Amino acid sequence: MTEPNHARRFGLIWLVSTLIATPLVVVLLGPILPPGNGSEQASGQATDNTVLLAMATPVLLLVVIYLIYAVVYFRQPSGAVLEGPAVRGDARIQTTWIIVTSTLVLSLAVYGTVRLLADNGAGSGSGPTPLTVPKGPKLPVQVIGQQWAFTYRYPTYGGLEVPHLVLPVNQTVELHVTSLDVIHSFWARQLAVKADANPQVDNVAFVKPTHVQTFEVRCAELCGIWHGEMFDVGHVVSGPEFQRWIRRAQATYAPATKLLPPYSTTYQPKPTRRGG
Amino acid sequence: MAKKILAVGAAVVAVAALITLYVADWATSFPKTVSAASAPANSQGANLTLETVASIGPKLSPSHPSWVSYLVRSNGRWVHSTDYTVPANSVVHVTIYQFDTPTGLRNPFLGQVQGTVGNLASYDGKPGNTVEPEEASHTFAIPELGVFVPLPGVPEESKHLCEEAPCEPSSSDHHTISFSFRTGRKGRFHWQCFVPCGAGWFFGNGGPMQTLGYMDGFIDVV
Repeated sequence: MTEPNHARRFGLIWLVSTLIATPLVVVLLGPILPPGNGSEQASGQATDNTVLLAMATPVLLLVVIYLIYAVVYFRQPSGAVLEGPAVRGDARIQTTWIIVTSTLVLSLAVYGTVRLLADNGAGSGSGPTPLTVPKGPKLPVQVIGQQWAFTYRYPTYGGLEVPHLVLPVNQTVELHVTSLDVIHSFWARQLAVKADANPQVDNVAFVKPTHVQTFEVRCAELCGIWHGEMFDVGHVVSGPEFQRWIRRAQATYAPATKLLPPYSTTYQPKPTRRGG
Repeated sequence: MAKKILAVGAAVVAVAALITLYVADWATSFPKTVSAASAPANSQGANLTLETVASIGPKLSPSHPSWVSYLVRSNGRWVHSTDYTVPANSVVHVTIYQFDTPTGLRNPFLGQVQGTVGNLASYDGKPGNTVEPEEASHTFAIPELGVFVPLPGVPEESKHLCEEAPCEPSSSDHHTISFSFRTGRKGRFHWQCFVPCGAGWFFGNGGPMQTLGYMDGFIDVV
């Protein structure tokens, strides 16, 4: 019996599967991929995840289809104890493999770098001097981590500090993330912004919420026994509602505001009499 | 030979069982839960009476006698527990006898009384809404409920400082802080002290600050 051309047959199956599966993955899975569309950064990350999934689909199909193909066509006949044919190097296959995988990896590296720079950090902490800064007006908000709660300061509103984060919609926010004690990590999942909160470090991240919403804030760095309790709920509100909230908060927290040190990008809390 | 293998196997199983029991006991040991007392008929809700002490003492905590701690009043006695049960959708009236000296807040923002009825607390009978951050000894805070109450320290030069728990207001210098907060839905809410009061630990936030039953616990709203 003549042996069929396995390479051609397998290649055809893979190509057809890829042409069918990849658009389906993009159309059906893309819209539901995390982190959603709570901010420009979230939408950007969802797009990136869709692109990565689209690129991974042909690779996944290659592996799975080859596995199934091999099980069906190359399995050992029952009862026969035969050595398989000797496997020799094939320059064409090896060259193709190296070119394809290198192209894939280098393309991803270029894509990732471009997206990171174009999106001003893509929602991640970029250190005290970010490589790229969004154009236009920005609302600075400081995130202060401490065992085991986050508090937030608004330097452009008299250094007001509050226990819950409130942001205006469609406004670029410049987050300055720091800590008063150990290492924490500020993570607003639905807004797709995440930045380490390190003592004596001003970690800057940018986020632009795109619709009114409620979002979760969690610490994403194991910071002690009550790390799991270090969560909070934040709100994105309309511009006028934000101004009303600021006025209410300034009145509510006026006594605390008088106790606060001047706004600074980092703080060195005074040595305590016991802690030290 | 078979007997030897059997003996070694049995010994290994026994040691593994002992280690498992120890770890299970450690992982599942919680302070005794204490229910808040019902408030008098003319003031609805529940009463919770607590005290903060500089050292818990060997009687109540043989393993960590020098640790700072909260205690709760139950049936006329001070009990070493930080797990309290309070009723849902009600007002909880809290009285804290504070016997410890100041440590100071790391974040001065927490020097303001927040989330209590009227955003106020009573300090030795006088209403107040702030404590000087440097003078804070502890806080009683339930972050998820938005309750933060700073507790001022007893001056270090006081003549009648309480050495170890249980401390009695009649015989030791102290501050009396009282406030009320409202509970809503049923749930389990973590509470803690925000003053780094763990003496001798990294940033003051180790030891009693990182061990359930001393400076943190749970409010079970039922």
